[in-house]
Amino acid sequence: MKAHIAVTDTPLDPVGPVNWLKDAGISGAQVHFTGQVRDEQGRVEALHLEHYPGMTESVLGTIVEQAGRKWHLNGAWVVHRVGTMTAGDDIVQVAVSATHRQAAFEACAFIMDLLKTRAPFWKKELIDGRWIWVEARESDAAAAAFWLREASGREPS
Amino acid sequence: MIEIRFFAALRERVGSDSLTVSPPDSVDTVAKLVAWLEEEPALAEALAATPRRMVAVNEELASEETTIAGGDVVALFPPVTGG
Repeated sequence: MKAHIAVTDTPLDPVGPVNWLKDAGISGAQVHFTGQVRDEQGRVEALHLEHYPGMTESVLGTIVEQAGRKWHLNGAWVVHRVGTMTAGDDIVQVAVSATHRQAAFEACAFIMDLLKTRAPFWKKELIDGRWIWVEARESDAAAAAFWLREASGREPS
Repeated sequence: MIEIRFFAALRERVGSDSLTVSPPDSVDTVAKLVAWLEEEPALAEALAATPRRMVAVNEELASEETTIAGGDVVALFPPVTGG
């Protein structure tokens, strides 16, 4: 499996993953996820993301390796933006290619769910002229726990 | 010596992104390190204001029970919110 992992402070190229994953007929499926900045009914004027350089890339690499062990994938692309963004900007791209669609759908969701709970990124929103840190959601922890429970073969506790 | 790194809201509350400390040898887990840092009132206040935390030791996710030793880099931060 080939993998491309990057953190960038410049706008994401929407066709980057499509072209990078092309493999002349080896894969029958590409699944792409793009996360974007919501304006929350116009309340959010800007979004700022910081990360832990070094650890971020290593955590993303580990998540992609885990996905590669769980599903037969041909390629995985994870690019995350940091710095200041505005509504509608792309924050993250997760894209995978596989022989069949089910592996691609599941691996894309797995990578995204683990990224949300493990990769060291933090968001703050500019609302009414004040920067406010975004709180982590319980639903994100539950989504990651679903995959991890399945991986370990244990019953839900 | 142990390097402590802070991120996001905790970094802002501490007012610094890193500290280099030399705790006594008995401080051999993340939990003991946090308790030792809390002896400093300003740090205690910043940590108390960030009760939900994650920790990394040498850039790998860890827990309060993880053992630490001289030369380690311990990062403390609020739950992550990327994606």
